[in-house]
Amino acid sequence: MLADLAAALVVVGLIAYVVLGGADFGTGVWDVTARDESMRARIKRSMGPVWEANHVWLIFILVIVWTAFPRAFGSITSTLALPLFLAAVGIIFRGGAFALRGEAATMFEQRGLGATFALSSVLVPFFLGAAVGGIASGRVPVGNAAGDAISSWLNETSVTIGLISVVTGAHVAAVFLGADAERAGETGLVRAFRVRALGSGVVAGALALAGLFVVRSDVPDLYDGLTSGAGLACVIVSAVAGVATLALEWRSRFEAARYTVAAAVGSIVAGFALAQRPYFLPPELTVDEAAAPDATLAALLACAAGGLCLLVPALVWLFRLQLSGRLDSRSNT
Amino acid sequence: MIDGSLGGPVEQQYLLEARQMQALSLAVHIPLVCFGIAFPAMVLFLEGLWLRTGDPVYKALAKRWSKAMLILFACGVVTGTILSFELGLLWPEFMATFGEVFGLAFGLEGFSFFLEAIFIAIYVYGWDRLPPRVHLACGAPIVATGIAGSFFVISVNGWMNKPVGFDIRDGEVVNVRPFEALFNDNFWHEFVHMYLAGTIVAGFVVAAVYAAGWLRGKRERRHRLGLVVPLTFAALAAPAQLLVGDWAARTVAENQPTKLAVFEGLGPTERGAPLHVLGIYEDGEVKYGIKFPKLLSLLAYHDPDARVQGLDAVGADDRPSDTGINIVRLSFQAMVAIGSGLAALGVFYLWTWWRRRRLPRSPWFFRALVVAGPLSLVALICGWVTTEVGRQPWIVYEVMRTEEAVTGADGIPIGYATLVVVYIALAAIAGVMLRRLSRKPLEV
Repeated sequence: MLADLAAALVVVGLIAYVVLGGADFGTGVWDVTARDESMRARIKRSMGPVWEANHVWLIFILVIVWTAFPRAFGSITSTLALPLFLAAVGIIFRGGAFALRGEAATMFEQRGLGATFALSSVLVPFFLGAAVGGIASGRVPVGNAAGDAISSWLNETSVTIGLISVVTGAHVAAVFLGADAERAGETGLVRAFRVRALGSGVVAGALALAGLFVVRSDVPDLYDGLTSGAGLACVIVSAVAGVATLALEWRSRFEAARYTVAAAVGSIVAGFALAQRPYFLPPELTVDEAAAPDATLAALLACAAGGLCLLVPALVWLFRLQLSGRLDSRSNT
Repeated sequence: MIDGSLGGPVEQQYLLEARQMQALSLAVHIPLVCFGIAFPAMVLFLEGLWLRTGDPVYKALAKRWSKAMLILFACGVVTGTILSFELGLLWPEFMATFGEVFGLAFGLEGFSFFLEAIFIAIYVYGWDRLPPRVHLACGAPIVATGIAGSFFVISVNGWMNKPVGFDIRDGEVVNVRPFEALFNDNFWHEFVHMYLAGTIVAGFVVAAVYAAGWLRGKRERRHRLGLVVPLTFAALAAPAQLLVGDWAARTVAENQPTKLAVFEGLGPTERGAPLHVLGIYEDGEVKYGIKFPKLLSLLAYHDPDARVQGLDAVGADDRPSDTGINIVRLSFQAMVAIGSGLAALGVFYLWTWWRRRRLPRSPWFFRALVVAGPLSLVALICGWVTTEVGRQPWIVYEVMRTEEAVTGADGIPIGYATLVVVYIALAAIAGVMLRRLSRKPLEV
């Protein structure tokens, strides 16, 4: 029971990170392919105030996992050391390049920073997605670096989930940026993001479908979980929300699309988590076996409940200020 | 004595590199933490002055500093992320076996970090957009979470040095008591020591920037203010640090007598133990050092004839190597020397201010300040080297060895080299950003 609650907390963090952090990474794709500076300026102004907060979700996930599921954490970080290390390095480069964007003095600097920003924006979600794929496909055994250092994250499921992470992030980013542009009355940018949102949305949907087939051949147990019971319900919700998102994008109703796209992405993450129940590290370590003693779980959950009481209102306020454009400024660095 | 949740020790030929890699990441992150601890209070102090007096110079400086604060915070976020990963990437057996004992502190730290990220964004982007009093109020959580975050992390460090809140039965961790681990009685001195250190570092580093400007002739009111505010914070903290340092050393003497012996390089256990300044530790004693009879006993136990446990009380396997001992001794002495110098500089400044109501006039005072900034960073890192290398060979003191905790994964040297490059790049980026910020005219 406590273990399930702690696992649910991890999934909540994961959903928040995939949606908010993912969108943040996704902006990198649109930044590097932008035709003019107005789009880059929009990206900078939209992401500036919120990017740190979006990235703290990752730290949130890490600390909950290592406290509540320490054995799984040690197994994951030692077997998947390579993609996780590369993701961490990518996060540093990305933060640095983002901070310096627009400050570059020469064309050479501008291109170098732009390329660094874009490359790290693509690689970080890819590596993190690939790591998740390694866990979901049962390639992370319990033990200190007990799994294969390479094939645990370079395999069909990992690569598929990695690609889905990248494209989904780009899609969510296009929706969020479109909504911000709409609010700011930047009609040219709204049109540009409409095309990008529709395009990336279709690709994301197609990849998700293809992913189901990959999972069917590579990880039959996971496929069964996704096509029955609660897993199936999540997949259906995600599909419906995904189609609704595309319809809203078609009609340029980005403000509403913010919520449908978050629902589409969030429910597929939840679906994967439900599909691999009762395992934390399939096929051997269950959530209950991986869990810390009840004393730790109870303490952590109590603190998390208290922490969320502070965190949620603060986060809501930040996003309300940001979404109402009150933090939007031209001069902030 | 402990089995390890992942199946026990594994072969790792690059243990030393793994330790260095962790040390490097900490050395990059900890200075940023200092700014998280102390800088927000200085910014809020200025903003408060602005609200009281309506003088726009206070506001302009507060606004400027808040942007520097955001840049440093962003660096702290990314380097903190690396650290979180590294705990698992380098020390999986440590995390797997003891995460359930000490993890709660990190969970709380996660929340406090989160709140800090939210309010720092609202604060920095909210200038002129929120009502002034609301804006000032948004700064309060930044100060509180900066302190709370370091409180929780240091609680874990205190726990690693005096592990409590669990029992070991048949090699397994059982009967976990997370709150006992969180509030272990070994971290209060570390926390206060670090809190003051943060204030000293942030204060002297910022003051050094303005002192350099002063020497180049920038002496308008805003420059003077930029010098006086951080310097006053640091000057008050530096003398207090001497007292806290004494408390810390006595706590180490009590909880980790072997570690105290490492600080001094005290070979045999003895009454009325001497203290050696400089010199090197070799063959169980300090050679070529300046000897002060009975001083170690006096400092550690406030009794010149107290018995001090030496290194010979434990086997060579249960204490740092000779190289380690020398590193610790050197770091410890450098920290004490620099800390004393900073305290003297702070007292001189405060005394001049109190008696004459002005800054000291000598250019040597400002030159000393320019040097004090970087030196305070050196002292900070030396302090952490002292406690962390002095803890070796244990990751969890006298329970789990560092070599039992390390990962079995390959590629540590490559990762280490990569990180070196990454941190140099990050430092360059932060440097460029801060420099550009400093060259923009102040907006009022």
